[in-house]
Amino acid sequence: MSPVLDIKDLSVSYWTPGGDVRAVSHVNLTLNRGEVVGLCGESGSGKSTLAYGSCRLLRPPAVITSGQVLYSGTRTGAVEPVDILRASNRDLNALRWRDIAIVFQSAMNALNPVLRVRDQILDAMGAHLRLPRDEAREKAAGLLDLVGIPRERLRSYPHELSGGMRQRIMIAMALAADPEVVIMDEPTTALDVVVQRDILAQIVELKERLGFSVLFITHDMSLLLELADRIAVMYAGQLLEVGTSEALQVAPAHPYTQGLLRSFPSLRGARRELSGIPGTPPDLRDPAPGCPFIPRCAYTVPSCSQVDMTLAPVSGTRGPRHVTACPIVTPELVAKAASDTSAAPAAQAVPAAGAASEGAHP
Amino acid sequence: MTQDPTTITAVRSAAAGSGRALAMQGIGLSRDFRLAGGRTLHAVRDVSFDLYKGAVVALVGESGSGKSTVARMLAGQESLTAGSITLDGEPVSLRGGTAFRRYKSEVQYVFQDPFSSLNPVHSVGYHLSRPVRLHQGRGVNVDERVMALLEQVRLTPAAQFVTKYPHELSGGQRQRVSFARALAAQPKVLLADEPVSMLDVSIRLEMLNLLDDLRKRLSIALLYITHDIASARYFADEVLVMYAGQVVERGPAEEVTQQPAHPYTQLLISSAPDPDNLGSVLKSGNSAARAGSTGSGPALTGCPFSTRCPLADDKCRAENPALHQLTAVRAAACWRLSDAAPALAGGAATPAIPERTVNVDK
Repeated sequence: MSPVLDIKDLSVSYWTPGGDVRAVSHVNLTLNRGEVVGLCGESGSGKSTLAYGSCRLLRPPAVITSGQVLYSGTRTGAVEPVDILRASNRDLNALRWRDIAIVFQSAMNALNPVLRVRDQILDAMGAHLRLPRDEAREKAAGLLDLVGIPRERLRSYPHELSGGMRQRIMIAMALAADPEVVIMDEPTTALDVVVQRDILAQIVELKERLGFSVLFITHDMSLLLELADRIAVMYAGQLLEVGTSEALQVAPAHPYTQGLLRSFPSLRGARRELSGIPGTPPDLRDPAPGCPFIPRCAYTVPSCSQVDMTLAPVSGTRGPRHVTACPIVTPELVAKAASDTSAAPAAQAVPAAGAASEGAHP
Repeated sequence: MTQDPTTITAVRSAAAGSGRALAMQGIGLSRDFRLAGGRTLHAVRDVSFDLYKGAVVALVGESGSGKSTVARMLAGQESLTAGSITLDGEPVSLRGGTAFRRYKSEVQYVFQDPFSSLNPVHSVGYHLSRPVRLHQGRGVNVDERVMALLEQVRLTPAAQFVTKYPHELSGGQRQRVSFARALAAQPKVLLADEPVSMLDVSIRLEMLNLLDDLRKRLSIALLYITHDIASARYFADEVLVMYAGQVVERGPAEEVTQQPAHPYTQLLISSAPDPDNLGSVLKSGNSAARAGSTGSGPALTGCPFSTRCPLADDKCRAENPALHQLTAVRAAACWRLSDAAPALAGGAATPAIPERTVNVDK
């Protein structure tokens, strides 16, 4: 597996009168070819800023203060990966949409209400692909075929389409130039579960067929566990844990991830005790030293404020497949805390019956 | 197509079991909207249910299924085309100012979006003191009541929050203010229209727990409207599944979610994200296996779900099924129940196998 997008030490700040808001600080994240990486965090955790920052799509007051974003596409022809943060505007324009496409948040409202769907698709194609007119029209129709919308819908205005259809059109537009990386920012948040599932299934199917990689941003961990190959958990601008979906589900290492897993009701299996994560995220204008999760964490010890937040392999695993920023909480500690109190917070970290014997743990 | 009233009343409300007092009843509620060209949209068709004090009834369905219209009818915001509402056993008539105001103080509404349901130019204190003055009359100490309300929804220290404006609050805090505003009228019935769907997953649980606590403590009858059937499982006593304005299935929450009878309920449940299902349909890209998920809207004649239902036959397309009683507390409207849920339709006690069990046999 070769990396296609490699985010290294990326930091983004928002300059505000009240002081700099460090929305993203020193994040390292790799997206491999053909992979779905889920980026998960609550609102304000910096997940969208990370994604847009890595494509240089942020405007002041957002400022990228450190880092590199290396894109190694097969199409650029360059031997060396391109650093998106230092590329010329011309290179960047050539890269955007053709190599790296984005499905924006609330894509349902991202279509222009006074233009027909066809004209919007042609607009984008005109700006980035420079196809002859007939070819562009044919391609626009082909895009709708791709996502299973009848061709005559090209003549429709956005308000004549259902939310799911609009979302599909946004996805089709992102795929117009056969990109290598597609960043999806909460593409299904406003949709019903049935439509959501159809769209996710379609994304996966298209990914298999066209071979792009996906960076999927959402606050819904339950969705990612099913969809993503790997999941990165973000909190207060930093990554707290990165691992395969299996690893995160079976043995979440960071207390925040453990909390997230206890936050959503499940439909299947026995009813489990749900506790959620009490408290609110910290103020990013004045971050306290050490781990940002200290105020909400059940395992806090004095040395937490000296944690340097680098991602290290989870004890008992090797290599970069499962890393956590928490050196304090170990499975032994969790087990001990669980036996100390009857309201065992760790009990839910134990997977549903059957999954443990699968050896899914890397 | 009208349901036989005896069938419906025979289905005992699942919430009735624990000797709770009846608070509100909707009997055969219907609402038509006239469309351009003389067509009629049956937004709600013959919906009946009972709300008991201290119990939660969940109305589950996709957008456009009529669930919000039902709530708006109960709130007196929408006139009834047919049917009636009773409150404490008395039939409700919503004409006349005083009666309407009294009704409003008994039945309160919590809106979906805390970002638009609070007035940005008014403080939290103003939002709460108005309903206190309006509904609790003279002679109450308004400031004291406002403080008590804030403490009830755990916005503490209350003195700090009372002067704040909506933009100074997080989404969760705003929704707490909405809850407090609804409670200010000291209602008997609370209509919560997707109260958590705009909030982060990690906060949703806290909010639902708060609502749960409030309805128990204040013994409020709660109608919980949602498209997330998983939260209904945890939160509700009885679940009513709506499709195209009709109730297609009803029963105790745990039974309906674990052993769905109607094909639409089965589709809803199989669509919900399933974190335990790591090797899922999604990852294999095998979306064709899902029947009846996409596309067509409800049928105009026959069973509304017949256009999407994998089991639909000629009878389904011709005649609209009435709610058919399955057990003392369960009912479903489907002609093909013997195929959709053989165990239930036959009246046998053997539990049916859920649509998708934990899928680990790779």
